[in-house]
Amino acid sequence: MTSTSDERPLLRVRGLTVGFPTAAGTVDVVKSLDFDLARGGALGIVGESGSGKSMTSLAIMGLLPKGAKRTGSIEFDGTELSELREREMQAVRGDRIAMVFQDPLSSLNPYYTVGTQISEAYLSHRTGVTRRQARKVAIEAMERVHIRNAPRRVDHYPHQFSGGMRQRVMIAMTLSMEPDLIIADEPTTALDVTVQAQILDLLAEIRRDTGAGLILITHDLAVVSEVADHLIVMREGDLVEQGAAERIFCDPQEDYTRMLLDAVPRIDDEIGLLRTAAVETGTAEEDR
Amino acid sequence: MIRFLVNRLLGMAVVLFLVCVFTYVIFFVLSPDPAVQICGKNCTPEAIDRIRANLGLDQPFWSQFWTFLTGLFAGRTYGTGANLIDCAAPCLGYSFQSSQPVTEMILQRLPVSATVAIGAAVLWLLAGVSAGLVSAVREGRFTDRFITGLTLTGMSIPNYVLGLSLQFLLVVTLGWLPFPHAVAFGDDPVQWFANFLMPWIVLSIGAAAVYTRLTRANVIETLQENYVRTARAKGLRPGLVWRRHALRPALTPIVTIFGMDFAGLLGGALITETVFGLNGVGKLAADSITKNDQPVIMGVTLLAAFLVVVGNMIVDLLYTTIDPRVRVGSAT
Repeated sequence: MTSTSDERPLLRVRGLTVGFPTAAGTVDVVKSLDFDLARGGALGIVGESGSGKSMTSLAIMGLLPKGAKRTGSIEFDGTELSELREREMQAVRGDRIAMVFQDPLSSLNPYYTVGTQISEAYLSHRTGVTRRQARKVAIEAMERVHIRNAPRRVDHYPHQFSGGMRQRVMIAMTLSMEPDLIIADEPTTALDVTVQAQILDLLAEIRRDTGAGLILITHDLAVVSEVADHLIVMREGDLVEQGAAERIFCDPQEDYTRMLLDAVPRIDDEIGLLRTAAVETGTAEEDR
Repeated sequence: MIRFLVNRLLGMAVVLFLVCVFTYVIFFVLSPDPAVQICGKNCTPEAIDRIRANLGLDQPFWSQFWTFLTGLFAGRTYGTGANLIDCAAPCLGYSFQSSQPVTEMILQRLPVSATVAIGAAVLWLLAGVSAGLVSAVREGRFTDRFITGLTLTGMSIPNYVLGLSLQFLLVVTLGWLPFPHAVAFGDDPVQWFANFLMPWIVLSIGAAAVYTRLTRANVIETLQENYVRTARAKGLRPGLVWRRHALRPALTPIVTIFGMDFAGLLGGALITETVFGLNGVGKLAADSITKNDQPVIMGVTLLAAFLVVVGNMIVDLLYTTIDPRVRVGSAT
């Protein structure tokens, strides 16, 4: 556990289960998940697609798709989120827990300027603020994520930004509220490699500067290795392994974790067939 | 932007030209000889020839068409010598029945049609968009099903049935509204409103139903968008998420259809105007069709086509304000 003994964890998840009712009974996509996140800690949730990592983050936010059933306990800073009513949860969302999504283009509304979109959370969570103040907050947030010329760029639309810049806008959106927890769901997947590194640096920098906790969800171990200090490996809704990031990278206990680690291409590898998790587990079709 | 405009204007010109050709062929070439009609019962072949010469019907088709076309832009003259009649641009000819200039007839009736169209459009937009939004956010629940049921009913009732039923109910049985009669807005605004209320309702019900369905479908689609999830993740109130993030993008295709619907309606609501005895362009069209008054039919047709094409053009221009991505020349 990453929590220090004298302090309660920022986030404490116990027995979190997310299920979808189907004709053939309820299908659980997250199965009785337990984990903690320390204040200011950075947790990486790793797994292939369909492992339930995104559903975990949406469950914390209370933004699960229609029909999904959530059970278990999510305690955030002493508050049990699963007991909050929708209106109370709205006050937590965006203000105390903020989220960065995978595809920054589709996650930004094409009809509004980035300034409007950054400041609307601020306007709706803080009472008695003027538009002018909110705009100032938006510009400051944009400057903090190193968008140059922020006072001018604040009036531009998402399509006028490059992919990396859009993700910076998404991050600026979370920053304007100074949240205690930032959940980043595959924040670099839609970006090319050099931009990925910049965004990861930015997330690390923000964590350092604001002391916010970070949950980084990714299928890419290379990404998580740069940021997270604690890791959870998930597969088909189950928690496979968890522990300090370093320990898991150097000494994985589970076969599945080892396989994931092996699937990361390394520059010093022998040349051979690319190993994939699917082939290893025998779920793939005949090797051609 | 200028290139876009020029392209659109050229396209408009081509469409309108083709409409002119087709309507001209249909109404003047394929229809019964107007000279025979005008001439009346006691007609001699000489009289017919004289009328044909006066109307220019003795000319070859292309020459007639050319005169008609230039008449639209520059005006034309009918007859010869002492009988010379000057028809100023845009000249649509003279009614075979009343010998009034068609342009004047249409212009006289346009305000009534415009009043009917504007009122109905306001009603159906308000009702359709709000019902559609409510239906979408309550998808699958009772409210949604109820609204969907209503739209089905609204779409199924023919205008004349609804118009006559409403008149019977509100005017004859209940006596809540006066029997429709022409009142100018300036004379008595209340009477004027009461007079137009029923046509507005009748005309807007069907369209409101269609717009409800459209809005519902579009909003349900945009509710799936990632940016709606982002908006909710920001902790915005559901009302704000729906109105700002789901409805606004969903309205873009509705604006397109509205442009055409509204423009088409300005060209006359044939059934509704007839049912309520409103002296609009639609009634004019209905009357002229029964009397086979070709110049008037053609004039009304051209007007409707012109309005739809212009409406389309305006919508295209509006797009640049509605959707920032279409804004030409604003990229950095």
